[in-house]
Amino acid sequence: MKDNTPLTAKSMTAKSMTGASILWECLEREGVKTVFGYPGGAILPAYDALKGSKIHHILVRHEQGATHMADGYARASGQVGVAVATSGPGATNMVTGIATAMLDSSPIVCITGQVGSKLIGSDAFQETDITGVTLPITKHNYLVTHASEVARTVREAFYVARSGRPGPVLIDITKDAQQSTCEFDWEAAKPQLPGYRPDLSPEPKEYEQALDLIHNAKRPVILAGHGIIISGAMAEVREFAERTGIPVALTLLGIGAFPAGHPLNLGMMGMHGEAWVNHTIQEADLLLAFGMRFDDRVTGNLKTYASNAKKIHIEIDPAEINKNVKVDVPLVGDLREVLHELLPKVESIDRSEWLDSIDKLKGDAAVRDIQNLPDSGHLYAAHVINDLWRETRDGDTVVVTDVGQHQMWEAQYYKHEKARSLITSGGLGTMGFALPAAIGAKVARPEADVWVVCGDGGFQMTLCELATIVQEKLKVNIAIINNGFLGMVRQWQEFFYERNYAATPLLNPDFAKLGEAYGIRSMTVTERSQAVPAVRAAKEHDGPVLINFRVEQEDTVYPMVAAGASLHEMIRRPSKIVETAEDE
Amino acid sequence: MLNTYVVYVENKPGVLTRVASLFRRRAFNIDSLTVGRTEKPEVSRMTITVDADVDQAKRIEANLYKLLNVLLVENITNQPAIVRDLAMIKVAATHEARSHVLELAGVFRARVVDVAPESLTIEITGAEDKIDGLLEVLRPYGVLEMVRTGIVAMRRGKSSTGAPGTNSTDHDVAEEDVSHSV
Repeated sequence: MKDNTPLTAKSMTAKSMTGASILWECLEREGVKTVFGYPGGAILPAYDALKGSKIHHILVRHEQGATHMADGYARASGQVGVAVATSGPGATNMVTGIATAMLDSSPIVCITGQVGSKLIGSDAFQETDITGVTLPITKHNYLVTHASEVARTVREAFYVARSGRPGPVLIDITKDAQQSTCEFDWEAAKPQLPGYRPDLSPEPKEYEQALDLIHNAKRPVILAGHGIIISGAMAEVREFAERTGIPVALTLLGIGAFPAGHPLNLGMMGMHGEAWVNHTIQEADLLLAFGMRFDDRVTGNLKTYASNAKKIHIEIDPAEINKNVKVDVPLVGDLREVLHELLPKVESIDRSEWLDSIDKLKGDAAVRDIQNLPDSGHLYAAHVINDLWRETRDGDTVVVTDVGQHQMWEAQYYKHEKARSLITSGGLGTMGFALPAAIGAKVARPEADVWVVCGDGGFQMTLCELATIVQEKLKVNIAIINNGFLGMVRQWQEFFYERNYAATPLLNPDFAKLGEAYGIRSMTVTERSQAVPAVRAAKEHDGPVLINFRVEQEDTVYPMVAAGASLHEMIRRPSKIVETAEDE
Repeated sequence: MLNTYVVYVENKPGVLTRVASLFRRRAFNIDSLTVGRTEKPEVSRMTITVDADVDQAKRIEANLYKLLNVLLVENITNQPAIVRDLAMIKVAATHEARSHVLELAGVFRARVVDVAPESLTIEITGAEDKIDGLLEVLRPYGVLEMVRTGIVAMRRGKSSTGAPGTNSTDHDVAEEDVSHSV
């Protein structure tokens, strides 16, 4: 039983507790309200001690789901998400979710049970060296073999996960460390991290160099990345852009960092960015990279990338400097703090000539846009997403996407005005991410309207979590963009493998029936006219809803920069369609 | 270019794996890595040599600092430093060759540490090129076995910081100092 002693009094006198009880006590003190987990032998002592805790445990259906939920929770709220699993297969099932969080700098803490410390190394039942397995995909990890190490380890893990460049931290706790008792003293268990330096800041000289480049640039562009959202620098970036008149291009994970409707917002850059955005970057004479890491999906061929531009890189992780793109001025530090230094010193400069020339770069983009093409009677995914945006734009909506074509269409046609309104797996490109991540998002922000947008392929990777939605009575809306193909792979086969559709057609179940089997209200949409009514019905229904959008099967995401091609060499929507549109 | 790093790490289980894994993961090729105790029991010291250009060298340093157990990294490539490798070389030395081998060892200020009817084992300490040199001249006699420790390095003068403590994150580097090779 939990006692009611005030926290202050508790810290005065250490008291004897089991490692398992200390674990939950520390999680509570770190502000954790909910954990996502799945029990098993080696973590059972911890589950047994859960009854004495105020923490709500959500039972997932697969440990991968638990990690994506923790990730979705973290991305929706900015708080650390927590996932729990047992040793061996429970722990290894977390690997994909941990790698996803690592590449997208998402703060999660994963807690795994481990076999008894005496059995380590003996290939005991369900023993896996999970700290070894996750070494390259965690920011840090711990093996805890004594109850006395639990408190400090949890405190360090949370601090490490959320500070600096955030990331996943794994704590592997042996069964005996959970069972044995020790004196618990929160105050004494302060983090001891002599080698950890999350707070770096640039030199005054570097600020001067950056200001000099900014004031002398004729054709500058801000490249807005995920770091803006992590740092909470949305207002500062907006002020910077408005004061300097510099337009803003977004990475996929930067979407929401700068309002879509802002006149200086160019839109998404990169492989499936709008053509004029990529052309603008290629023609720029200064790139201001704000919390982004020049991923290959953003740069295309590095040899021809923005070759006339000077580069300023504001980035919290010094290991990202000059990794992919050689920069002229690195400003290593927290973006918000760096912008606070820069803002009072930037001058406002008339950039109308540059902005006008960007407008010209838009060219015939509008007529090529599928939204402006005549209605062919087909149901296109881009239409569905555009309709979804129109119907949900006014509320506090969080869209959680999976990976593939629908993800790119969402990025292109759902106009995000606010940070943390799009959650998507960018760096790792993890199919199966959307449904569990949306559960985490809904738990973090119960007042928000949470929509899953996912393909029929990715949905089937983690659809078991439908049961979690129902068991937890979560109002999550699911839009399956069902084209009967692994669409993005099919698109690559179309462009680069002579339409050899090897292993991409999907024979799917009836998703609406499947949803109903879980007790989720489900519908199927086959025509455009049904899309808006379906979205409205979903919003009005007091419970989870699944909509199976049977969209055009062989549809293509345009524009596209082929892997390894230069950023300005884009495959555009074939001109035949454009001509048809112009004829009308 | 071969870069030499002195890396101070917390003396904890698994730290060597973390460092080695980092080099593998980022595809940096370690030329040599040594690890041992320092004047402080809670701190271990590594000497790592890696082939890297200037930008890579900086990123290696930044990546090392991302490991929580790494306390201090010094790239001493262009610093005055004492760099030493130790080798034991077992060389075939029959009756006729024995005096020649002994003579060569003497020239290189190496020591004979084991004598057997068919072989001599020579221990040599020095910069890598000195050991390479001895090896070169011994090869014609038949090198039966060899082991090298990999280099350990220390900056000259009092400028070396020494092992940082584990209680503080403050690692002020001492002022440059004049010293002489002896």
